[in-house]
Amino acid sequence: MSVFPPLIATPWPDVPGLLLPAVGETARMVVVVMTIVVLLGGPLGLLIFNTSPLGLTPNRAVHVSISWVANLGRSLPFLVLMAAIIPVTKLVFGTTIGFKAAIIPMSVAGVAFFARLTENAVREVPRELLDVGLAIGAGRWQIMSGIQLREALPGLAAGLTLNVIAMIEYSAIAGAIGSGGIGYLAVNYGYRRFDNSIMIACIVLLVVLVQAIQFTGDRVVRALTH
Amino acid sequence: MIEISGLTKSYGATTVLDGIDLRVDDGRIAAVVGPSGAGKSTLARCVNLLERPTSGSIMVSGADLAALSGRDLRRARRQIGTVFQSASLLRRLTAAQNIALPMRHQRLPEQEVRRRVGDLLERVGMLHRANHYPSQLSGGQRQRIGIARSLALKPSVLLSDEATSGLDPESTRAILALLTELRDDLGVTILVITHEMDVVRGIADHVAQLDHGRIVEQGTVADVVRRSDSPLATALLPMPPVVAAPELRQWRLRLEGTVSPVWLANVSRELGSDVAVLAALIEESGQVPVGRLTVGLEPRLDERRVSDVFRNHGVVAEPGAPAGLHPVLAGGRDAEPAA
Repeated sequence: MSVFPPLIATPWPDVPGLLLPAVGETARMVVVVMTIVVLLGGPLGLLIFNTSPLGLTPNRAVHVSISWVANLGRSLPFLVLMAAIIPVTKLVFGTTIGFKAAIIPMSVAGVAFFARLTENAVREVPRELLDVGLAIGAGRWQIMSGIQLREALPGLAAGLTLNVIAMIEYSAIAGAIGSGGIGYLAVNYGYRRFDNSIMIACIVLLVVLVQAIQFTGDRVVRALTH
Repeated sequence: MIEISGLTKSYGATTVLDGIDLRVDDGRIAAVVGPSGAGKSTLARCVNLLERPTSGSIMVSGADLAALSGRDLRRARRQIGTVFQSASLLRRLTAAQNIALPMRHQRLPEQEVRRRVGDLLERVGMLHRANHYPSQLSGGQRQRIGIARSLALKPSVLLSDEATSGLDPESTRAILALLTELRDDLGVTILVITHEMDVVRGIADHVAQLDHGRIVEQGTVADVVRRSDSPLATALLPMPPVVAAPELRQWRLRLEGTVSPVWLANVSRELGSDVAVLAALIEESGQVPVGRLTVGLEPRLDERRVSDVFRNHGVVAEPGAPAGLHPVLAGGRDAEPAA
């Protein structure tokens, strides 16, 4: 740092003016992506589990193919995934940079991640409880919503916490394609312009944000566990 | 009433159940016992229709439930309430919500659900624990809730699948008393699957032994315990160890039919000889006194006369090894191992 003294270090009083809009952009990205993730990843995870040999309607062909698709979304490092699906992004939004362009790769990675988290959470529900559901003459939907998801709720909340934190991380990586947000700020001001005040502010903010989310998530899990 | 006939279940080339015939009349309690691996849990899963039998029928109130599928199967399952091992309650629901679950799935009116949950909680003596979560209940209390839940849809048959396994003796007794009470009050037919002989003696009218997928012995408990050479009888009423009495001849006795409470004194008087009780087990099972004893008599007594005197008092007597043998050898014959 002493070799390359700061070129333009943003004065501290001006930091919030840059930081607050970035927080808003990150929040917007995470909220939009998480909505898609829960709506698509949850059912996908439930389907992966219930088509497995332990599930309600074992079906090898379906299980293996969805499982393969979910692995596909998780096999590439996010930066590579983002580059790899640029053609799709371009097709859908007509652009490969900015907020919209970031939504697609983030959703792909997030859905695949949450599908696995959901599958794991549901797998933890004792098998006998499914038998209870069947023995009382409940239908498949009733067992899935009334027994599997309800009993897996603490696990799902823990998974959701993990997923939100992962999405904050991905939103920062998406800063590379101009997504906006805290990561974008840290990379463009803090890293490329040696702007130490912005860098420090971003680091502190991200640490505080992740700690707060994990703390809240743990509290929710505890409240849901009886 | 539940009538199982020719029930066979195979997985590929492996036959787990092989032609099971079992009939439990209305308001009766039947127990199926057997070692682990005998097919008990498969039988339970066939009876509560979680597994489809390879062949055979399961008739409940005149309808064959084994052949159904889809919506009819789901409806049929409601006729059979299952009490699962270790209760299997939903951890995130309170006791009352667990009991309400089957009714909620039937979309019964909320008011009726609430009323029935209250009735059932009261019936199993758990009204004071209505809003407790399973983790806040003891094993016996959880099983009471499990029983209440199994009754929620007013089934005509109750299947108890190892419901008392893992409970302490006192809780086991309380649960058995509750099941008997339900039978008496509601007239529900109960099929108990268990590996615990105490459970059979404590509750069952009828007992069937399952081994390698077949029923090898069955009958009313009162009949079975009177059989002299039956492994099931020996398992149901295991003899305590015999006291050594080298100078006496051992006789093995079995109560048959109704006997006078003072039969032993009467026999002793008629024989004109003292009777030494070396081992004895007498109790009520299936509402009749059953018992087996090993007694020592003077060796000079005539075998035929002794047998006749005992028979006149409703006791079957078999002479043991002649006196003078090493006591351990003589006693060894009677010290039957518990199956």
